[in-house]
Amino acid sequence: MKRYIVKRLGMIVILLLGLTFIVFSSLYFAPGDPAEIAAGVSATAEEVEQMRVYLGLDQPFFVQYGNYLAGLLHGDLGTSLITRQPILDELLVRLPNTLNLAVASMILACLVGIPLGIVAAIKKDTWIDNLLTTVSLFGISIPNFWLGSILIIVFCVQLKIFPTGGMSEPFWTAKGFMQVFLPSLSLGLQVAASFMRIGRSSMLDVLQSDYIRTARSKGLKERIVILIHALKNAMIPILTQMGTSFGGLLGGAMVTEQVFAINGIGSYLINAINQRNYYAVQSTVLVIAFMFVIVNLIVDLLYCVIDPRIRYD
Amino acid sequence: MEKVLDIQNLCATFSIQKKDYEVLHDISFSVNRNETVCVVGESGCGKSVTTLCVMQLLPGNGKIKSGSIYLNGTDLTKLSKKEVRKFRGKKMGMIFQEPMTALNPLLTIGYQLRENIMNHRGVNKSEANKLALEYLEKVGIANPDKRLKQYPFQLSGGLRQRILIAMVLSAQPDLLIADEPTTALDVTIQKQVLSLLNDLKKEMNAAILFITHDLGVVAEIADRVVVLYAGRKVEEGTTKQIFKNPLHPYTIGLMKAVPNVDLDEFVIQPIPGTFPNITEKIEGCRFNPRCPHANTCKKCFEEAPQMLEVEPGHYVACHLSK
Repeated sequence: MKRYIVKRLGMIVILLLGLTFIVFSSLYFAPGDPAEIAAGVSATAEEVEQMRVYLGLDQPFFVQYGNYLAGLLHGDLGTSLITRQPILDELLVRLPNTLNLAVASMILACLVGIPLGIVAAIKKDTWIDNLLTTVSLFGISIPNFWLGSILIIVFCVQLKIFPTGGMSEPFWTAKGFMQVFLPSLSLGLQVAASFMRIGRSSMLDVLQSDYIRTARSKGLKERIVILIHALKNAMIPILTQMGTSFGGLLGGAMVTEQVFAINGIGSYLINAINQRNYYAVQSTVLVIAFMFVIVNLIVDLLYCVIDPRIRYD
Repeated sequence: MEKVLDIQNLCATFSIQKKDYEVLHDISFSVNRNETVCVVGESGCGKSVTTLCVMQLLPGNGKIKSGSIYLNGTDLTKLSKKEVRKFRGKKMGMIFQEPMTALNPLLTIGYQLRENIMNHRGVNKSEANKLALEYLEKVGIANPDKRLKQYPFQLSGGLRQRILIAMVLSAQPDLLIADEPTTALDVTIQKQVLSLLNDLKKEMNAAILFITHDLGVVAEIADRVVVLYAGRKVEEGTTKQIFKNPLHPYTIGLMKAVPNVDLDEFVIQPIPGTFPNITEKIEGCRFNPRCPHANTCKKCFEEAPQMLEVEPGHYVACHLSK
């Protein structure tokens, strides 16, 4: 087990290294000049040139890339071209908000999606199943920026139940819950719908298996058959979906954070792209990718908690 | 003799694309205490469906159309789902064909045994554990302590089948249903499991309904035999009657299809033709397309034969058996 984790962490380092190269070179070859942006609009040609030397942009590609990597090894994600602040500091301020939103959305998606998937599977081919399957299709198709805007119009502007935006407290406090509820609903609905669909199909699969028939032949209550004998087996595909959905949540957070005016790394990334804040873009992408691979590592480790047949030796 | 299971005029249907097809027609037989009744026939003849009817575990598209299934005098077909559940496990236990998939892969052997014991014998966890150990020993499992902590994937097919038997027995049911419990096992293990069942029947004074297509197994374990063909009972008798004096052409065909080393010519005689599909409609006797004698008798194509008692306890449904 330990060996597996070490191996996986090693692979993550290689993966992130490849990622830095792709992000770095795509920004290097993208049109636009970071030196011009850093020097400001009113700068003269000489000032831009000075800035270029100062930022090391006159160096060859691989020297620049090497410097960037060397910085990363020291925990230096670079300096923002706009604010001249270390990017790491700027991200650390925003990261809690994004994680707060992503985790709240994930919890909401699990609480809504998984039970509904089970119900749909148990009630297969009845009106309940048809209704849930149709609703989940809507859930998957509705774009979250649209849903977010509608939620704001209805619940914040018209009904005045929830605040229109901002985030200052974690979701488990009363204030934080009110703040995060609508954003996590708009972000988590799609994920909930995908959990419902995966949950339904894997539950249907499991319910047809021999061991469920054995469980029923033992005279167990249907509740126990479903919750103990079936659900544990059906959780494995759902867990896989959770891992990949987490990436979707981080991506979707960019839009949702904009809509709900949340100061998170998603909206930071959007701003960085708009302002051509190159270093901020590449470091933020790296941080998001890092979170994604770590979550998927955790998912892989959770497999062995659920399924005794899976051992990473 | 005390009838533990008494099936009367059981008819069951399966719906395929919204049309109902009869898979069991007018099946009647009983199983007494301390008796093993084997139901034999080809795949698709309705053997397994009969057991699923008794357990009330038919798949969603199957249903019991008419008839009664009495277990200790209670008609299971008249009970609600909730009431039937009280009989399952407690009064009737079932061992399935596939030991490899019949246990939950994510729960320990101990959990799956204890769950059944606690549910049906009203004991606490530590007592259930003691009983689980006792039953594992009873079915001849060495190191029961170790086995309780293991998961199904760590055990062989033979061990898993013993564990399933132990699990079913631990609730002390009156009726034990075994649906081809030895088919998935290799021959030596098969032999062990059969003699285990024989011993346990005597010890626990239970009734066993045993499903098989293997006449060798029948000879070894059965007290009485019921022969099914295409959802109908064609012959019933004691094991001796069926083996010494098979009367229905289908039973005779089954006997001939077993290789006999004692004969000079070592040949297997298959029954000609193929088993009818359940969607096929056959007038008269269901066996007539494959029967070697049917062309001599017009009645076979017009009228379904009635069950006749040809000697005490030996019944046959054939126009030609008189």
